[in-house]
Amino acid sequence: MTTEALIWLIPLPPVLAFFLIVLFTNKNKALSHGLAVGAAFLSWLGSMIVFVRALGVEHLGEHPFESSVNWLPIGDTWFRIGVLIDPTGAAVLFFVSITIFMIFLYSVGYQNFGQPQGGNDVKGLPPHGATVEEHGHKHVVPSVEPMYSRFFAFLGLFAFGMYVLVVSDNLLTFFVGWEIMGLCSYLLIGFWYAKPSARDAAVKAFMTTRIGDVFMLLGIAYLYSATGTLSFREIFTEETLQVLATTMTPVLGLSAAGLIGLLLFIGTVGKSAQFPLHVWLPDAMEGPTPVSAMIHAATMVSAGVYAVIRMFPLITADFTGHGLTTTMSIIAFIGAFTALFAATIAVAQNDIKRVLAYSTISQLGYMIAALGIGAYVAAAFHLITHAFFKALLFLGSGSVIHGMEHGVLHTGNHHVDPQNMFNMGGLRRKMPITFWTFLIGGFALSGFPLITAGFWSKDEILADAFGHGHLWVFGTLAIAAFLTAFYTMRQITLTFLGEPRTKEAEHAQETPWTMTVPLIILSIFAIGYGWVGIPEHFPGLGGLVPNWFHEFVGGTLAEHPEALAFNWIPLITSLTVALGGLFFGWLVYRNVNSVSEDKLQIPLLKNKYYFDEAYDFLFVKPAYWVAETLVSRWMDQGLIDGILHIFGPVTDKIGSFIRKYIDLLIVNEAVGDGSYKVTWWFGRNLRTVQTGRIQQYLMFALFVFMLVGAALYFYFRYFRQLA
Amino acid sequence: MVPLSWYLILAAALFSIGLFGVLSRRNAVAILLGIELMLNSVNINLAAFWRYGNVLDMAGQVFAIIVFAVAAAEVAVGLALVISVYRKRNTVIADDIDMMKW
Repeated sequence: MTTEALIWLIPLPPVLAFFLIVLFTNKNKALSHGLAVGAAFLSWLGSMIVFVRALGVEHLGEHPFESSVNWLPIGDTWFRIGVLIDPTGAAVLFFVSITIFMIFLYSVGYQNFGQPQGGNDVKGLPPHGATVEEHGHKHVVPSVEPMYSRFFAFLGLFAFGMYVLVVSDNLLTFFVGWEIMGLCSYLLIGFWYAKPSARDAAVKAFMTTRIGDVFMLLGIAYLYSATGTLSFREIFTEETLQVLATTMTPVLGLSAAGLIGLLLFIGTVGKSAQFPLHVWLPDAMEGPTPVSAMIHAATMVSAGVYAVIRMFPLITADFTGHGLTTTMSIIAFIGAFTALFAATIAVAQNDIKRVLAYSTISQLGYMIAALGIGAYVAAAFHLITHAFFKALLFLGSGSVIHGMEHGVLHTGNHHVDPQNMFNMGGLRRKMPITFWTFLIGGFALSGFPLITAGFWSKDEILADAFGHGHLWVFGTLAIAAFLTAFYTMRQITLTFLGEPRTKEAEHAQETPWTMTVPLIILSIFAIGYGWVGIPEHFPGLGGLVPNWFHEFVGGTLAEHPEALAFNWIPLITSLTVALGGLFFGWLVYRNVNSVSEDKLQIPLLKNKYYFDEAYDFLFVKPAYWVAETLVSRWMDQGLIDGILHIFGPVTDKIGSFIRKYIDLLIVNEAVGDGSYKVTWWFGRNLRTVQTGRIQQYLMFALFVFMLVGAALYFYFRYFRQLA
Repeated sequence: MVPLSWYLILAAALFSIGLFGVLSRRNAVAILLGIELMLNSVNINLAAFWRYGNVLDMAGQVFAIIVFAVAAAEVAVGLALVISVYRKRNTVIADDIDMMKW
């Protein structure tokens, strides 16, 4: 099979699985997950073959795998859609397919496959556990998710959206995949729809990302009207970019390229949860944990960054090399600001998944900032390493929660929140595999020097920022990196180290192999993937392994980015903040046993800078006011109903008038009764001629005959001369 | 030859006598007699106009014969009615037969 044909086929298995599960196999749990996991495996296999073949092609950037077909007729021409795999696409396909496959596999264990049905379980709520009788005594075990098949169906559709997006060669199908994921995130965040909080979170995620999507659609429309095409390869030709870069728009003095880039970037702000549209992502933790991993590592938020990476030539079309363009400055600012701002919030969160949620926002900010300052390769590198270790961390946290839930079922005390880190402690002994993999993921996130992937990618971003003289970006990101290491170590210390703080933590249990195997595989990538991108000039290690990633992914761009000269300052900074953050995190939290001992529970941070409240006040409340007071009460009930209420009396008046003066008077009295009266009068008065005497009748007849005869006579005599 | 007007005058006189009889006599049989006179005055007219017009055209004579036939039928029905009324009410005075009034 040709590589192009294979690329066409990659997105298909998950969507087939979706339809098969929904239509046929939803009653059978094993068959459903078999289909979904099998589909994920097929897509992974296809992706790997494509990736390996991509490695074998020289100058893949100039001659990518591409194929397209006519799709929509527009006027005389066709809108063509197709697939495109260039080096960046291949690298993204690599991590997407692995993480998706791992998450599918993990979901089997997470949703308690093989466990009995819970007696009190209802659809739309997390399973409560089932009571089983064994050896003469009863005990509670985890129960299987009631909507197990539905979960895998949604996951399949989600994976389909991501694959479509990755292999698209044009912005339209890219956007279609983007929106499919938007829908699936809504469905999956609100998977336990009987929980009001999950419902609200689903609506919030959907609405917030929709704001970004509207702007993105505007950008796509503008791009199409300006260039007449949405195909990446056609837009990224030198002539087209030149035209777009030199066309000026009335907005902020931006060029067309800059404005389109900015509009598309707003879509990313929504999807990748950047400030100010970051509010949906932490709430999205209401979904089952594999969903969190899916959204925050493998697919959705990565798609946002991938969009900017894809559109990078457009965004930088009017970038000359010194002095950032307005669009790039905005991107860099939002990225750097988000990185720092989300990191400060993460420090004060107690929910194990929420810490990771804010860390995701922060790390995405890193990538966005890197793209803003033009560090294309570094951003792509961090996107991929982050996807691996963040998927690992989310799945690890899911494993922890699962273990804790086991403890909760054992003690029967359902008031203990299995996600609150202050209820944990000492889990390293109970859940060794989870602990070690989580530690690897956490260290990768913190950028633990030399061995972890996160170090290399983060270091590259910092080096780029420093090397190109964007010191404020460098400074902001360095502080954020320190905080990242700090809260990661806080999380690890509170969760795994020390002694168990609750009975539930004492009875936590390691999770089944379907959950731990993905953790182990992902942790290999969380370490090993960094080694493919070691800078050439790195002291000691540089040059031992060729900087494959830089060569390969950098080849996507028309102008191959040069390797940066080595500088000690960013390296030392990066070492200091990573190790310092980790050390301080351990130092501060090793003896903390309860929330009250935590010095960093600052209300401002704990409440996420009151963003939810502010948005509630600024947007939600006014929207309610507009709907309930302005539109409903004033316009609808006041104005429109008022007008309608005028119609009633007025037509009533007109009706009574017509009835009184026309109907009753003219129709009834004059016409109706009148005709009767006239007829009656005539009959009354004429009846006297009916004497019954034949001779009188004959007299009448004679009289009339003479009258008529006289009239005829005179008529013919004077008016018509007979011939 | 006798002029046409003489015939017409005779016919008109006969018609007037018949009409007067119809209007003035109280006896129903006498009224029928008056009607016969009126019909025959018309027959005189028809015969006279035929004789003084196109002799080859037989319409006048035919019409007169039809009038005879109708008159005969009418008298038969009329007398039958008179006899029937007489048997019921014992009178043939037209003024007394006035049930068909208001």
